[in-house]
Amino acid sequence: MKLPPFQTLLEEHRSDVYRFCVATAGPAEADDCFQETWIAALRAYPELRRADNLRAWLLRIAHNKAMDLHRARARRPLPVESVPEPAAAPQVPLDGEPELWGAVRELPPKQRTAVFTRTVLGMPYEELASLLESSEDAARRNVFEGLKKLREEWNP
Amino acid sequence: MNDIETTLRKSAAGLPRTAPDELDTLLAERAAAEGLLDVAYASADSPLGPLFVATTPRGLVRVAYSEFRSESDVVEELARKVSPRVLEAPARLDEVRRELDEYFDGRRTDFDLPIDWSLAPGFTGKVLHETARIGFGRTSTYAEVARGAGSPRAVRAAGNALGANPMPVVVPCHRVLRTGGALGGYTGGVERKEFLLRLEGVLG
Repeated sequence: MKLPPFQTLLEEHRSDVYRFCVATAGPAEADDCFQETWIAALRAYPELRRADNLRAWLLRIAHNKAMDLHRARARRPLPVESVPEPAAAPQVPLDGEPELWGAVRELPPKQRTAVFTRTVLGMPYEELASLLESSEDAARRNVFEGLKKLREEWNP
Repeated sequence: MNDIETTLRKSAAGLPRTAPDELDTLLAERAAAEGLLDVAYASADSPLGPLFVATTPRGLVRVAYSEFRSESDVVEELARKVSPRVLEAPARLDEVRRELDEYFDGRRTDFDLPIDWSLAPGFTGKVLHETARIGFGRTSTYAEVARGAGSPRAVRAAGNALGANPMPVVVPCHRVLRTGGALGGYTGGVERKEFLLRLEGVLG
């Protein structure tokens, strides 16, 4: 199996991975999500059997890391929403529609990932299915359900 | 109305365009600490143009003249022959770059670096080990290093091994000349060989 140098992967996909982390894990957790994703990818890389869909592979890892971070956040004693951002947290500018991205982050994990990768990255359903380890139909449903929920819940 | 998708797409402009650069440094440091960084590389300036330098946890594994062979080519070679876990990590090469600077400044005659010989297997390795023993300012011949490597008749093969030296400058293949004193060839062009021999006082 001939794998490209890991540095090539990092250069090609670091922006998508980082944007994915900001959108799905949140600005305060984005740096952690980014680093955990790349470390896990580096660990698994030599054993990877296929190199034809590396973006989906990387974002699947990021999807799992974002879920871990959400779970860790839920386990914290105080609801994070009521706590001001710690001063040391990296300040990632999130203008545009911060409330909208907040609503995206409240979606179930697969819908959250599906909505981001479709609308921001324009990812084909085939690739999204590979990312979610699901059928293309299931991937479509995740996008549809996620968008439906956002339409209902998000009123500017 | 199906405006939510449009709104999402528009508000994506408010997401950061890319990850902050310092995250790459943190990533390389953590990868090294966890034993996941098999090959670290960097670029180093030199009077012979930019050098590509790479190290494994065992030691220096590759030096290349970037004007002679592109960085992406060498990175590709390392991924194929050493490990695909290759990252640009300049901090891992601080010592290598410092010693090269000192050498080119005339302040160092010996490199004090651990070497990883992975890219010099078999006879090539033997010839290069022999070459590594030729001191600063001294020269040898293809015939002599062939003899030292245990194959006195393999003079041409010794020449090929030197041409395939994965660590020019540090493993001093520029100190090996033709019998009779002609310069012979060099990875990176004969003018670089001349430069190095002049630096070491062999050529006037």
